[in-house]
Amino acid sequence: MKRASFSNRDLIQRLGFSLLTLVALVTVLPILAVVMYIITEGAPAMSWEFLTAMPRDGMRAGGILPAIVGTFYLTLGTAIFSVPLGIAAAIYLSEYARENWLTRIIRIAIINLAGIPSVVYGLFGMGLFVIFLKFGTSILAASLTLSIMTLPVIISASEEALRAVPQAFRTVSISLGGTRWQTIRRIVLPQALPGILTGVILGLERAAGETAPILFTGAAFFLPRLPGSPLDATMALPYHLFVISTQVPEMPFQIQYGTALVLIAFVLGMNIIATVIRSRARAKRQW
Amino acid sequence: MEPKKLNWQEFFIPRLIKASGYSAILFVALIFFFLLREGLPALGEVKLGDLFSERWYPIESHFGVLPLITGSLIITVGAMLVALPFGIGTAIFMAEVAPRWMREILKPLVELLGGLPSVVLGFLGILVLSPFLRVFLDLPTGLTALAGALLLGGIAVPTIVSIAEDALDAVPYSYREAAWAMGATRWQTIWRVTLPAARSGVLTAVMLGIGRTIGETMAVMMVTGNAPVLALALTSIFHPVRTMTATIAAEMGEVASGSVHYHVLFFIGLVLFIISLIVNVAASSVVFKSKKRAERVLS
Repeated sequence: MKRASFSNRDLIQRLGFSLLTLVALVTVLPILAVVMYIITEGAPAMSWEFLTAMPRDGMRAGGILPAIVGTFYLTLGTAIFSVPLGIAAAIYLSEYARENWLTRIIRIAIINLAGIPSVVYGLFGMGLFVIFLKFGTSILAASLTLSIMTLPVIISASEEALRAVPQAFRTVSISLGGTRWQTIRRIVLPQALPGILTGVILGLERAAGETAPILFTGAAFFLPRLPGSPLDATMALPYHLFVISTQVPEMPFQIQYGTALVLIAFVLGMNIIATVIRSRARAKRQW
Repeated sequence: MEPKKLNWQEFFIPRLIKASGYSAILFVALIFFFLLREGLPALGEVKLGDLFSERWYPIESHFGVLPLITGSLIITVGAMLVALPFGIGTAIFMAEVAPRWMREILKPLVELLGGLPSVVLGFLGILVLSPFLRVFLDLPTGLTALAGALLLGGIAVPTIVSIAEDALDAVPYSYREAAWAMGATRWQTIWRVTLPAARSGVLTAVMLGIGRTIGETMAVMMVTGNAPVLALALTSIFHPVRTMTATIAAEMGEVASGSVHYHVLFFIGLVLFIISLIVNVAASSVVFKSKKRAERVLS
């Protein structure tokens, strides 16, 4: 009898593990399928013209250059505001802040920033940057909105990277007569840099793919020229994909899939760069 | 000259860093303030009974938000029915069952899904998922709450998997060894030891997954058919619905700044903000509490 119950347990375990394997496969395989599908459907649209020309015929022909350039500018603008602020905030939390109630409120605020729906960021950006500060729908307003949305990602990743630097490094620097800021700038930051960079790129990747926050802060439906200043509105890849897949009738599928492919290439390219930086830094690290 | 420059740096830079540290609080406060400023007037302009009625038809000044709230609810519940078993199952598989090499493959793939812009998933939802649902379930249109729930389930999965897997990973290995030494199988250990030990982290994963689902905008707007009808029956899942987020995204571009419609949309944004505030404070307090318990146990 005992033996029987033992093999019963083994059977349950085997069934259970098979079920879990199946669940994981059903979760992961569609991801691969989605990416492969967009690549195969979008590849025929790829041409020099598609990547470097203005849209024509109500966006049904020509290229998507203004959307590519717009997303590049928006990502750059987001980086300009969110990277220095995010890293500085991470330095504060990791190197200066004491564990008291105020620090706890900062942490709760960061968690909340990370959880606010992207469309609410859009409303906020419109209320503050577009209307109150009179930036208008512009690259500036959209970048600032995206920056605040990206901030929690950059802060958390950078803080983690800073905290991973062994305490002994700081102790040695201080004991050699280095000041606190010298220690951070010359010792801690360089050691944490790959981790920070990974976090920054992952944060910007998210910003590059977002649509809702730029809907009312800087995205233009159709603008067949390149933006000339930060106060211009701009086309952007995610918003362009939304427009051509829902708002424009008789849109050729090839252009839709092509736009989707360029967008995920942009985003996944950043993802791959981040992964490479992370794994190379891990291999080189001596602590 | 060098020391003087140093003094200058040592004086200003820490203050600048400190200010940056506090900026997160400032931004949350600013967001709250602007939502209140633009959203609260709605309460004066629309009667409370009308605001919580079942008719959303802004052109004729009907601003009943109930259809939008039920739309968000039905899609969130549907998405969780998909995302919880698959997300937590995948997390358990990765943390407890899969060999190391498989884990190294699965983790980046799940992160890949997390990185895909929601507009791309919405786009595939329009072109692939909803035609499939229309034919497969013989519906008049595939753009339904079901399509939204399926897509959102997929969008919530990476959040749930990564947090739940971290939580399972954080359970000390000795717990498992103790269970095995007592004769438990690995399967029994997972359900009776590891998972209960990781429950606060798994709960956090679930809550943040729900938060992510309620706040999702683009994918939902693209595939749910955008019909603001009250979704109370179970069969509503097969009909078009419209969520709070999609309503803001679809209509804000066309309203005059300062109009009643504008204020009501900001009011919906305020409601979403408060929901996410509650979800996130609850999720983080679970984490803080469990940390405290761990500290107590260890000291």
